[in-house]
Amino acid sequence: MAYSFPEEVLEHVFSFLSSARDRNTVSLVCKSWYEIERWCRHRIFVGNCYAVSPEIVIRRFPELRAVEMKGKPHFADFNLVPEGWGAYAYPWIAAMAEAYPFLEEIKLKRMVVTDETLELISKSYKNFKVLVLTSCEGFTTDGLASIAANCRHLRELDLRESEVEDLSGNWLSDFPDSCTSLVSLNMSCLGSEVSFSALERLVARSPDLRTLRLNRAVPLEKLANLVRHAPQLVELGTGAYSAEIRSDTFSSLADAFSACKQLKALSGFWDVVPSYLPAVYSVCSGITSLNLSYAAIPSSDLVKLISQCQNLQRLWVLDYIEDSGLEALAASCKDLQELRVFPSDPFGAEPNVSLTEQGLVSVSEGCPKLESVLYFCRQMSNAALIAIAKNRPNFIRFRLCIIEPQAADYLTLEPLDTGFGAIVENCKELRRLSMSGLLTDRVFKYIGTHAKKLEMLSIAFAGESDFGLHHVLSGCDSLRKLEIRDCPFGDKALLANAEKLETMRSLWMSSCSVSFGACKLLAQKMPRLNVEVIDERGPPDSRPESCSVERVYVYRTVASRQRLDMPDFVWTLEEDSSMRYS
Amino acid sequence: MENSTVEKEYIGDEELELGLGLSLGNASGEKGAAAYGNGGRILTAKDFPNGFACGTKRERAQKSASSSDPAALRQVVGWPPIRSYRMNSLLSQAKASNVAGEDDESSKKKMNHGGHLGFVKVNMDGLPIGRKLDLNAHKTYQTLAKALEEMFFSPSPHSRGGKEQTVKLLDGSSEFVLTYEDKEGDWMLVGDVPWGMFLNTVKRLRIMRTSEANGLAPKSQERNEKQKSKLI
Repeated sequence: MAYSFPEEVLEHVFSFLSSARDRNTVSLVCKSWYEIERWCRHRIFVGNCYAVSPEIVIRRFPELRAVEMKGKPHFADFNLVPEGWGAYAYPWIAAMAEAYPFLEEIKLKRMVVTDETLELISKSYKNFKVLVLTSCEGFTTDGLASIAANCRHLRELDLRESEVEDLSGNWLSDFPDSCTSLVSLNMSCLGSEVSFSALERLVARSPDLRTLRLNRAVPLEKLANLVRHAPQLVELGTGAYSAEIRSDTFSSLADAFSACKQLKALSGFWDVVPSYLPAVYSVCSGITSLNLSYAAIPSSDLVKLISQCQNLQRLWVLDYIEDSGLEALAASCKDLQELRVFPSDPFGAEPNVSLTEQGLVSVSEGCPKLESVLYFCRQMSNAALIAIAKNRPNFIRFRLCIIEPQAADYLTLEPLDTGFGAIVENCKELRRLSMSGLLTDRVFKYIGTHAKKLEMLSIAFAGESDFGLHHVLSGCDSLRKLEIRDCPFGDKALLANAEKLETMRSLWMSSCSVSFGACKLLAQKMPRLNVEVIDERGPPDSRPESCSVERVYVYRTVASRQRLDMPDFVWTLEEDSSMRYS
Repeated sequence: MENSTVEKEYIGDEELELGLGLSLGNASGEKGAAAYGNGGRILTAKDFPNGFACGTKRERAQKSASSSDPAALRQVVGWPPIRSYRMNSLLSQAKASNVAGEDDESSKKKMNHGGHLGFVKVNMDGLPIGRKLDLNAHKTYQTLAKALEEMFFSPSPHSRGGKEQTVKLLDGSSEFVLTYEDKEGDWMLVGDVPWGMFLNTVKRLRIMRTSEANGLAPKSQERNEKQKSKLI
């Protein structure tokens, strides 16, 4: 008796599943569901470009329209991954150019993207719409020119925090006059001036433009003109927010802003002249996201601005805000969900501002919806952390960076184990945690015991022995990404928890005590893990096996373990324990 | 502090809990040498003021409370964990605000500078992989040259206490010279202009073979003298 659900119906049901995880789960139900699902998957997310190969992806998913991918490990952001390590986008783009002529979206993070790659993108996909390059590098403004010139239906061009070699600002002029489809343009990371008239004309002919993030080179005097052309903007990133103080410039700017009834997000504000801040007051009540993290604004001016943004949900700011400003934030912004406080002078010997743990305590007390925090400060205490944990059991992301490595509780001189312990014990939904300060193995015991939903953990200058690492690997059931630097963790914990590593996306350990011998053993034991030894001192087998490696990066993969693009300081281990490098 | 960190590691010294990074420059914590910033090396347990395996927790904590040596902190690669993109932006804004009072033109120029003032790429002829260097860790050409010499010409870890090669990149005595690409895309010899002007215009560095550097603007004897006296 045939008992089969029509495929079309299943496909239709699946089309309501947007999360990749749900789709992955669905594909595991049975073979026919796997087949049906793979034919109707249009969107794919690859968390580690080396976990799978382009061929495998293309074979499984023939109808992709959107690809999102990440390359280098997170610690590459802090220069811990040597240049030339890998994460090249070109092979992916080249393979997909043939397989997916109707590809519309490419989103890459921490990958090396060359001009050649950009040119290939611009010429291969007739319907290309969205290009987002987050923290990428390797391309110049020439590559952008290809995109501008050839992508007729481009909707989004977002270069968040990418490193672009600025050859000239003329690329913007390569958008043809017929291009009117732009919805989002983020060029904030570019250094050089773009042709302002080209920019103005582009904005003026893009009625759907919702996001415009300018670069620093766009002067304040010209901002009003741009904004006037796009009163429908939802997100605006200014250029340099500084000019001679003139009332006509000010009123022109204020008028332009007051026409933006839909503005929800503001960013930019380089080189701020505080007297110009009131120009945005008219939009403050609608603002939900403020990124002032490049703006040197004194606390009092910040408070005046922020206290008008009662609907603020996200605030990124420099520590100029100080404890007093954070107290004011806590009093006015009851909808606050995410707070990031960056240091204005990270290498200064003395604190240049009065920002302490108290600021974070105030916000945790006053903002009931606060769930995501990134906080740089110079002192912390267990008492404060415990208070914060009790105030905000709803934390999802908690990243604390006490600037001095291994700084103890400044009140009791104890390690901060109990403080962070309180965080993981109270915040049962915690998904991401970054720790700092003086920490012993005890904190890892707390983490292993309580942090059951933790997916990403970042550790630096912490712990005392392999027990620390063992607690984490054996206790954190949901762990996907673990990154460790400068901790006395070594072979025993790693080898004892080898199987755990296959349930994770990746493990990064640098300046720890992992020996080359252990790396080889791990690779032998776990054939589906790629164990990359990243060491700039020459071949690891020219040193005793007990020698620690500089860095080891372990990730699960279904692609070949010998990636063809390894530089000469990366060694990957074959099953027969021989070492191969390209 | 010791110079033999590399040797100890090969013997498999128990005390050295952490893997050693590149042994670039000396580990002796001289303040002058300490300022070469990012891309230099990875600290070992011995270099770290607080240590790892030594002392009780309280001892460590007390040490930590009293030591706040910015030069040492700067030596730690990637700490505090701030993206270089953000760091460069902060630093270049700090410079711009320091020149408040200059006329509009030059302060505008400074504001329009690209966002990557701090970290620049450094390539050396013959080496495929480049490095990044934090220019803001330097105030003179001397420290810059020294840092680069240490980065690219230090004795290999395989040599045991071998003689130090002293390579002088700035005085034309070695087979390499230090050059930079400026905002206009021209390659110039490093050292010809005042340091501040150099910072404003440099996009990246290249350690070039002297034989290839012939096309570059030659340093006249006079200019040389003038610059040398400015640098000191």
